[in-house]
Amino acid sequence: TEVEETLKRIQSHKGVIGTMVVNAEGIPIRTTLDNSTTVQYAGLLHQLTMKARSTVRDIDPQNDLTFLRIRSKKHEIMVAPDKEYLLIVIQNPCE
Amino acid sequence: MEIVYVYLKKRSEFGKQCNFSDRQAELNIDIPPNPELAEQFVERSPVDTGIQCSATMSEHEANTERFEMETRGVNHVEGGWPKDVNPMELEQTIRFRKKVEKDENYINAIMQLGSIMEHCIKQNNAIDIYQKYFTEEEEVEVTDEAPSAKTINVFRDPQDIKRSATHLSWHPDGNRKLAIAYSCLNFQRAPMGMSSDSYIWDLENPNKPELTLKPPSPLITLEYNPKDSHVLLGGCYNGQIAWWDIRKGSLVAELSTIEFSHRDPVYGTIWLQSKTGTECFSASTDGQVMWWDIRKISEPTEIVVLDITRKEHLESALGAISLEFESTLPTKFMVGTEQGIVISCNRKAKTAAEKIVCTFSGHHGPIYALQRNPFYPKNFLTVGDWTARIWSEDSRESSIMWTKYHMAYLTDGAWSPVRPAVFFTTKMDGTLDIWDFVFKQCDPALSLKVCDEALFCLRVQDNGCFIACGSQLGTATLLELNNLASMLQLSDPNIQPSMFERETHREKILEARHREMRLKEKGKAEGKDEEEELSTDLEALVGVAEEEFLDVIFTEMKRREAEAMRKQP
Repeated sequence: TEVEETLKRIQSHKGVIGTMVVNAEGIPIRTTLDNSTTVQYAGLLHQLTMKARSTVRDIDPQNDLTFLRIRSKKHEIMVAPDKEYLLIVIQNPCE
Repeated sequence: MEIVYVYLKKRSEFGKQCNFSDRQAELNIDIPPNPELAEQFVERSPVDTGIQCSATMSEHEANTERFEMETRGVNHVEGGWPKDVNPMELEQTIRFRKKVEKDENYINAIMQLGSIMEHCIKQNNAIDIYQKYFTEEEEVEVTDEAPSAKTINVFRDPQDIKRSATHLSWHPDGNRKLAIAYSCLNFQRAPMGMSSDSYIWDLENPNKPELTLKPPSPLITLEYNPKDSHVLLGGCYNGQIAWWDIRKGSLVAELSTIEFSHRDPVYGTIWLQSKTGTECFSASTDGQVMWWDIRKISEPTEIVVLDITRKEHLESALGAISLEFESTLPTKFMVGTEQGIVISCNRKAKTAAEKIVCTFSGHHGPIYALQRNPFYPKNFLTVGDWTARIWSEDSRESSIMWTKYHMAYLTDGAWSPVRPAVFFTTKMDGTLDIWDFVFKQCDPALSLKVCDEALFCLRVQDNGCFIACGSQLGTATLLELNNLASMLQLSDPNIQPSMFERETHREKILEARHREMRLKEKGKAEGKDEEEELSTDLEALVGVAEEEFLDVIFTEMKRREAEAMRKQP
C-alpha cells in the first residue's frame, strides 16, 4: 500500500537508522527497531512533543507545531506530530 | 444593695408604638467612695501603659511537615495497550496493529507526515546545517570607556620667582625621573634675581627635587643622554651648550665657549646616535645648527646655516625653534623655524648648499614642535600658530592633515610612542588635547584642562602611559592615561597607514591640479593679445548684423505700404 511504500522509502534514505510510527498511547504501530527501544522513544518523545506544541501555542495561539528536530552528538531525532500518531525517524546526518 | 426599677404596662397598651419623650435626669443611686476600701490598694504612680490606635493582631508561626519530593523518569517497557489486548500475546498485538493500519485516519496521517519527514531527511543529507561558516574571528574588544587621563602628581618650582617650565625629559631607563628645564622665555623680561637652576625630580617625591643643576644662564632645553643616563645636555638662554654628569654633582661638567656658541637662546638640543654616545646637535634662533662632541665641547664640529636661498648668509637665515632627529634615519634631520617653515636637511651632503634638501611651509607662526611619527617616519607632526599639522615627506606644498584653528596658541605636541594615530598637543590656555586621527578627525578625542596658566611643553613617556606637561609658572603635571589612549588598538595597524596614504594621495592630486592651473595661467598671459583682436572683430560683426536687420525691416515696411496703397482705390 502507499503507506508501506512511504515508510519504506523513508527508511531507505541515506543515513536513516530507524523509523517508527507510534500512536498516542505509546503503542508502536510500525517500527524498524526493537520493541523496548521503540517504546522508550515513544514515551519520551510524546511528552516532549506535547510540551513543544503547548509552548508554540502559548506564544501564539494560532500557531501550531509542525516538526520537531533534536540534534544530538550521535544522531538526529526527527518527530512529525499528528493528532493521534507520531512519526519518528532517527537519522545520522552525514557530515 | 439591689437596684430595682419597676414599670407597669396596661394590657390594652401592648403592642402600642413607643412614644419617646424627654425627661429630666433622675438620680437613681449614689454610692460614695469608701476610704476603708482604699487601704486594700496601693497607689501606683506613674503608670506606664502603651496605647495603640489600630486593630490588634496576633502573629503565629507554623511549620509544615516536610514533604519529600523526587523526580523520576519512567522507563516504559511496553506501550499502553488497551485493556482487551494482552501485550504478551503476539497474535493479539498483531491483530491490533493491523486494525490500526486499516484506519483511514492513519493512512492520511502517515502520508502527510511522511512527506514532511522526507523533506527534512533530504535536507539533512544535502547540507550540514550546523556547519561553521565563519572561521573563528578574533573578537574585537569594543570598550565603551572613553579615553581619560588623571593627574597623578604635580611638581612645583620651589623658587619664589616663578619661571616657566620650558622643557621636559624623561629618564631613559625606568622612567622614574624627570628632568625639567626652567627659564623665562619672555624677551629680556627675566626678573632680577631669577634663579637659573633646573631640576631633576624623582616621581615618587614631588615635594623636593632630587638634584639641582646650576648652569651659568637659565636652561631652555634639557635632554637625557639615551645611552648614558647620567649625562644630561642643556641649551642655555645665552646660546651656550652645557652638559652635566650627575655623578659629579650639580655644577656644569663642561660648557661650550661663548665665542663659538649660538648667538641666541638655544631652542633645540638632541643627542645623536653614535658609537661613542657623545655627539649631539643644537639649533637656535640665530639661524645656525651646530654639531658638538661633548668630549670637546669648546668648539662645534660642524655648523649649518639655515638659509633657504642656500647661500649661507647668516642675515637671511631663518631662526630655528625646534629640531627633529629620528635615530632610524640618521643622516636626515628637520628644523622648524620661527617663520613657519620646516626645513628638511641632509647631514651627509657634500657641499653646504646641498645640506638643505627641501622646505615645507604652511604655518603662520613659529613651529614649536616637530616630530616624526615613530611608526611611519615619512609622516611628521608640526605644531605651531593655532593648528597642528601632519605632513608627508612626499607632498611638499602643503600638509596632508591638519586640525582646525583653535582659540589658543598651540605650544607643543608629540606623537604617542605606542599608538601610531594618537598625538598630544598643549595650548596656551592650559589644556592638553589628545588627538586620535583614527577615531575622530575634527576634534580631539580628549581635551583636558590641566591648569589655568599656559602649558609650554609636554613629553610622553616611552611606554605611552604617562605624560608630563610643564606650565608657565613652572608647575609640571604628571598625567596617567587610561587604556584606550595608551594601548595599541586592534584597528590601528590597518586604518592608520591607509589614512595617511589616502591623504597624501589627495594632496598629490591637488598639487597636480595646481601645477596645471599655473601652466594654464601662463598660457593665458601669452594669449591675451589674440583676444583683443577677436573682440574688435566682434564689434564689427555686430554692426554689420544690425544694418542687415534694419534693411530687412525697412524693405518689408515699404512693401506693405505699397500693397496698402494699391488696395485703396
